[in-house]
Amino acid sequence: MNYPIDLKYTRSHEWLRDEGDVAVVGISDYAQDALGDVVFVNLPAVGDTVIAGESFGDVESVKAVSDLISPVTGVVCQVNTALEDAPESLNEDPYGAWIIQVEDVTDSEDLMSAEDYQVYCQQEG
Amino acid sequence: MNLIFEKSVPGRGTEYLPECDVPEVSLPEGMGRADPPKLPEVSETDLSRHYTELCRRVHGVNSGFYPLGSCTMKYNPRIDEEMAALPGFTGIHPLAPRSATEGCREVLDMAKKLLCEITGMEDMTFQPAAGAHGEFTGVLLIKQYHDARGDKKRCKILVPDSAHGTNPATAAMCGYQIVNIPSGPDGCVDLDALKAVLGEDIAGLMLTNPNTVGIFDKNILEITRLVHGAGGLCYYDGANLNAVMGLARPGDMGFDCVHLNLHKTFATPHGGGGPGAGAVGCKGFLAEYLPKSRLMDGGEGIQVRAFAGNFLVVVKALAYLLTLGREGVPEAAENAVLNANYLLAKLKARYRPAYDRLCMHEFVLDLSELKKETGVTALDVAKTLIDYGIHPPTMYFPLIVHEALMLEPTETESRETLDHAAEVFLKLYDLAHEDPAYMHEAPHHAQIRRPDEVRAARNPILCQPE
Amino acid sequence: MGSYIPSTPAERQEMLSAVGVASFRELYRDVPEEMYRPELDLPEGKSELEVARSLSAMAEKNRVFPTVLRGAGAYDHYIPSIVKYIPAKEEFLTAYTPYQAEMSQGILQSIFEYQTMICRLTGMDVSNASVYDGATAAAEAAAMCRDRKRRVTLISAAAHPDTIQTVKTYCYAAGAELRLIPQKDGRTDLEALAAMLTPEVASVYVQQPNFYGLLEPAQEIGQAVHAAGAMYILGCNPIALAILQTPREAGADIAVGEGQPLGMPLSYGGPYLGFMATTAKYMRKLPGRIVGQTVDAAGERAYVLSLQAREQHIRREKASSNICSNEALCALTAGVYMAAMGPAGMAKAARESMAKAHYLAEKLCALPGVERVHGGAFFHEFVTTLPKTAEVLSALEDAGILGGLPIEGGVLWCATEKVSREALDRAVEIVKEVLS
Repeated sequence: MNYPIDLKYTRSHEWLRDEGDVAVVGISDYAQDALGDVVFVNLPAVGDTVIAGESFGDVESVKAVSDLISPVTGVVCQVNTALEDAPESLNEDPYGAWIIQVEDVTDSEDLMSAEDYQVYCQQEG
Repeated sequence: MNLIFEKSVPGRGTEYLPECDVPEVSLPEGMGRADPPKLPEVSETDLSRHYTELCRRVHGVNSGFYPLGSCTMKYNPRIDEEMAALPGFTGIHPLAPRSATEGCREVLDMAKKLLCEITGMEDMTFQPAAGAHGEFTGVLLIKQYHDARGDKKRCKILVPDSAHGTNPATAAMCGYQIVNIPSGPDGCVDLDALKAVLGEDIAGLMLTNPNTVGIFDKNILEITRLVHGAGGLCYYDGANLNAVMGLARPGDMGFDCVHLNLHKTFATPHGGGGPGAGAVGCKGFLAEYLPKSRLMDGGEGIQVRAFAGNFLVVVKALAYLLTLGREGVPEAAENAVLNANYLLAKLKARYRPAYDRLCMHEFVLDLSELKKETGVTALDVAKTLIDYGIHPPTMYFPLIVHEALMLEPTETESRETLDHAAEVFLKLYDLAHEDPAYMHEAPHHAQIRRPDEVRAARNPILCQPE
Repeated sequence: MGSYIPSTPAERQEMLSAVGVASFRELYRDVPEEMYRPELDLPEGKSELEVARSLSAMAEKNRVFPTVLRGAGAYDHYIPSIVKYIPAKEEFLTAYTPYQAEMSQGILQSIFEYQTMICRLTGMDVSNASVYDGATAAAEAAAMCRDRKRRVTLISAAAHPDTIQTVKTYCYAAGAELRLIPQKDGRTDLEALAAMLTPEVASVYVQQPNFYGLLEPAQEIGQAVHAAGAMYILGCNPIALAILQTPREAGADIAVGEGQPLGMPLSYGGPYLGFMATTAKYMRKLPGRIVGQTVDAAGERAYVLSLQAREQHIRREKASSNICSNEALCALTAGVYMAAMGPAGMAKAARESMAKAHYLAEKLCALPGVERVHGGAFFHEFVTTLPKTAEVLSALEDAGILGGLPIEGGVLWCATEKVSREALDRAVEIVKEVLS
């Protein structure tokens, strides 16, 4: 299991990369492994407001569906529409296959460091 | 095998209708479709053989053992089908004058009377077409009741965490928030957890008893009393009535309304997924909220589908009820419970029950240890059963048990069938230790090998391209 | 008493011992004594012969009319003999939902074929495996279209009253609003509709042909609905679709309808079949079972229940619908009917139904005091005024003819290909006698 140290993590297994003006959001290696083969991603639209701790979409595997919880409050400025045709990239490259980018970030959940998140996942597993 | 479209030859077909004996008329300009629909063009021979071939690739209750937990796959008597096929029933228009439909109304009235007696309810509708549809109707009775009293603060429905997914989905469809009540270690409602969430915002409780792990909740009177005390109503999900019909009535347990699955408990066939019938019964004070048909009954009441529901299914259930009668109804329940316990006792030689105690009509095995020891999952066991001509049990339900297999043999299986099934199950337990790889790839001798469900979901092909 | 329990009393005792209990009561030890084994007022059980007698006697109390001139949502079309025999096969009849694809390919393929036929009939891209009936299909479609911003459903007053009431009930349940688009001369009032198409409108439901049998300007309505950013649901008669403009051609986003005319008998209202199809865009919003094609581990073509993450057993309270079954046997029936009739046979049924209804209308309207209530084109139903309605209908019933349905403002008549010209002439003759 991979936990890149330059990212922050939520308890619901999203990762966040702070790029200054924008925050990039995806799901962790642990999340994609727990879900199994991802078959569909329900994406928000550019311009939608997302709220920290609330759902902004969901990911489906064959036998499960999981809400995507936003780590931050802000406005969606980019959506990875490539996921519509290639949802499997969330399995293949969870840290490369970002889901949304958020700007005008005003609030954030309590996020974990890679180290803390790894401990958290081990406890959950 | 080929699709019917692949057997189609342009111009082929059978003439079923005479030539038109009145002047033809045309659709107004621009109202016609551009091209005729590309439906199959086949001879009746091809048609008959096509469906006979499909029929050979189906496993029904009448083909073999079908211990699918929570689905009550009991034998479907042929006489019930014959009665439902009488032209005096099939040929009746739902809007025919009352003088022409006396028999249909007698069927509905008699079925209502018998089923109210069995459930301890005072009125009933047959409009809902399925169990989930009945649930929807039942929760709408609760909603209307509170609305009529102007009691707008009740916005939550209680659902145990062991419940079938339809319960929360139904409550959500009716605009309610769902409050999950955790199960205790015995799989029953945790009374303290229940008390903790009861309040003026609770509209009602949805419960099946026996519950989804096959245990009769012995605190049922206390549970319904507590909910009533908080001003909520109690809805009985009839999914598991087969265990107690004729022996304990939801009405006596304190429930205000129930739905029944006529296609399970009352032996009407499932038809590959429907048509069923989800009759909903209620106590007298809820009767005014039962659904009506605008065209058949008039008025402005709620309505959940057109006309009077799946009438022919009610005919089948009535034929079954008349056959069993006063003695036969509880006898069926007792033997459903006996068969389940008998099978459980045999399987306990190897498998671990999720709850090691007497069960009602169904029980749950927990295969997590087997998985840890051998890597063989509940799914692998289920798929290997197919090679032995046994329909797999319900898998991975309820969610509160890991690696769950849920078995419900029903009362219409003989001891030999149960003995044989037990033998197969025990054999598979050993096989899991000897040759797990074989089981990961099972079935080996079925219609198909394991299908690629991921591919089906990622690249959906949902109809045959033209 | 009849019973379907194989075990003998002796076997039951042995099985109880094997379980480790002495009596059935012990198996039910969790059931409180005060509610155990109540005295039930049920009749004694009967033998099969007695049951057959009882139910046959009830069936005989009904009256089957050899000639049916009543529709209003339940249509008496000719059903080819083969269509009755195939769905009666025991395997089809007694199987459950095809959860285990490896032993259910027959049902899965039959549903896949049904879905394909519905797509071809409606011109849409995706069909589900069916829902309960036409009215619930309309209600489910309306639910599909609602989102946080758009909560209101508009429905034409010229739709079937049971459909309107069912959609209204589903909206009430969800806390969403339903607004009725008024009718004008029996059709959806376009001017009123234009004014009602506000930004909170999620969808508009129109029935084609409508409850009065009239043809709606379906395409024009669709343009108005889309211009307002709402979704367009068209309720269709599947027989009419063999010749009529498809919902796709009319611009519908969702096509629904009552499938009963596709080979199902009248049966006092059920079992019937709700069909539901949509465009590729809304595929993942479609409720209900859907069968998809894939391959098995050996690379062979296979069918499975697909896109299940939409459904209640996975999504629980987040599912948009609680439906977890379909009317599989009715879908099978419809599939056999469409395959038996073929495109030519279905078009013939449609054209003949329409021709007979027009013949009946013309003859009836030649009688004194009888005239069509609405102008304009109709399919196989129409409304007329009818003096002495009760007397006329009663005289028709005496002659074995179920006349039109009395509704507000007149009588709603229907004719299908099943009624011969001779029967129509006789019906008209009886009406004439009563009126003269």
